[in-house]
Amino acid sequence: MNTGRQMTLEAPSIYQPIMLSILEITSMTEMEKVFTIELPFPTSLEHRPGQFVQVSVLGVGEAPISISSSPSRSKSSFELCVRRAGALTNALHALNPGDVVGVRGPFGRGFPIERFRGKDILFAPGGLGLAPLRSVINEVLDDRSNYGRIIILYGAGQPVEMLFQDELQEWAMREDVELHLTVDKPDKKWKGNVGVITTLFSDIQVSPRNTVAITCGPPVMYRFVLMELLGMGLPEGNIWLSLERRMKCGVGKCGHCQMDHMYVCQDGPAFSYAEIRHLEEAL
Amino acid sequence: MIAKILPKHALQNWIETLREHYRIIGPKLAQSQFIFGDIHSADELDLSYPTTILPPKKVLLPQREDLFHFDATGDTHIVEPTFDDEPTVILGIHACDMHSITLLDRVFERGTADQHYQTRRENTTLVSLECIKSCSEYSFCKSMGTLSIPEDFDLHITDLGDEYLLEIGSNKGVSLLWNFNEVREATDADFERLNKVMSEKWSHFTYRVDFDITELPALLSLSYDSKVWEELGDRCLACGACNIVCPTCYCFDVRDEVDFSLCSGGRFRVWDSCQLDRFAVVAGGHDFRDARAARQRHRFFRKGKYLTEKYGVVGCVGCGRCAQACLVHISPVDIFNELHRRRVPSAATQEEILA
Repeated sequence: MNTGRQMTLEAPSIYQPIMLSILEITSMTEMEKVFTIELPFPTSLEHRPGQFVQVSVLGVGEAPISISSSPSRSKSSFELCVRRAGALTNALHALNPGDVVGVRGPFGRGFPIERFRGKDILFAPGGLGLAPLRSVINEVLDDRSNYGRIIILYGAGQPVEMLFQDELQEWAMREDVELHLTVDKPDKKWKGNVGVITTLFSDIQVSPRNTVAITCGPPVMYRFVLMELLGMGLPEGNIWLSLERRMKCGVGKCGHCQMDHMYVCQDGPAFSYAEIRHLEEAL
Repeated sequence: MIAKILPKHALQNWIETLREHYRIIGPKLAQSQFIFGDIHSADELDLSYPTTILPPKKVLLPQREDLFHFDATGDTHIVEPTFDDEPTVILGIHACDMHSITLLDRVFERGTADQHYQTRRENTTLVSLECIKSCSEYSFCKSMGTLSIPEDFDLHITDLGDEYLLEIGSNKGVSLLWNFNEVREATDADFERLNKVMSEKWSHFTYRVDFDITELPALLSLSYDSKVWEELGDRCLACGACNIVCPTCYCFDVRDEVDFSLCSGGRFRVWDSCQLDRFAVVAGGHDFRDARAARQRHRFFRKGKYLTEKYGVVGCVGCGRCAQACLVHISPVDIFNELHRRRVPSAATQEEILA
């Protein structure tokens, strides 16, 4: 664990962002860019995979963004994969390396990866859902010997919409990672599977009670992925999701992320299906 | 109990003395209704007020509150948080509103403490007022258990007729009477008068909820799928007035603004409403509570169950402001009673079941 100074606890106001420089910006697709944010010594993020930060562009606003880099690789910088979707994210996309952004956090409960040690892990991200799950995937890959099989089922709309393509290739080359890709709309060069993410499940066999599944994607995807996972016999407590809400504070006050009695910013955004299956407002 | 007696004719001088050190907020007439507003002289203050349009929440959690100013003109971006530490006295707070402040204190203290709320709260002195008659046809404090004031007061006023009895609840309360010599110690005779007022007041209030309010969280749990919510959703105009006037609603939105230079400005929070369209919308456009029925249910579950279970105090203090503000007459009393009626079969239906 990094012994540096954790950012937010130091600030006189919980709403005050720490201003940090953008080290690098990489265009992933037409809609998504990855921002590498510098952490000048002794500032540290000390996040857990699955946590998020509140990102500010002063004068425009703030939005919750999940952390894409794993703690194992976030010592002097961290990464955010941001889709252009609203005022704040459009403003972010207009920035250049060297510009500064405000950051608060990390917030929320991440995935309890210690509990996943020794188990097979099935990742099922859809679209932008790879952004938060990449943090867990790399954390697990950097501690590879402590886990069983690593299976990644990734679905995107089109081949050009696939995120982190360099890493997808890396994972495809590794013998200790089972990567399965699918797209809804193939292009001429696409040789892989065509169809929604659930079509990949028939390709794999798992030992249900020794498998932890982690999924993240658009709201509509969960219902179908959950059906597959439950159908494979995974216990509800072994299925983990990351839920999206529009947090305004990140600290359980503003009310925007509340689902039934739970606050996604405090109780999540990582939840096991067992924890939320009875909540009507969760999915 | 430490208590003082303030003759009513000395109220003006007391307020004059307090004004040297504090901003004074109290109930006063604004056109045809009462508000909590700045008090400059005792003439403005009306301690026999019925109820106010907005609760004293508007002082502790202002409708718009600056969080920080920023200046991005130079190479380094300066972010300067803003705190309001002006010494303030809120005078004449009814018991229901005192209970709501107890809740707000817990909300902004627990988990991650909110320094903006806490700074203002630490610099605010609460002077509560004993409710001796019902203040509004809409109120139902007696049913909610909020007719007796909580212990969080700094000074508590009871109207004894020609004099006020002032109970001191804290050092902040002591400070309000510092160097003010027009009060005297309360005597046994004064306490007898206090006891008389206290024992007579209860009959002026009625129970309006048909069941023991401690059953409310359980009743709501059983009523999650009730048709009542659909019916409410059909009536509700989603205007958000209920949230705005509610003393225990504290949800907020956070926004930025820039000045003409486009380089400096600030971030502030404003009251928000879970009844408004788009309160639970995410970036992709999905609305997690798009039906008015679901939003009404969420509101009543917060008031009757979630806040109670999380913070250990009632989430609805029975002030009745939402019922008064609602254009389509949605009233918590009616909803609670209707939920109870539908859960508890009447004698006739019980006979049917047994037959």
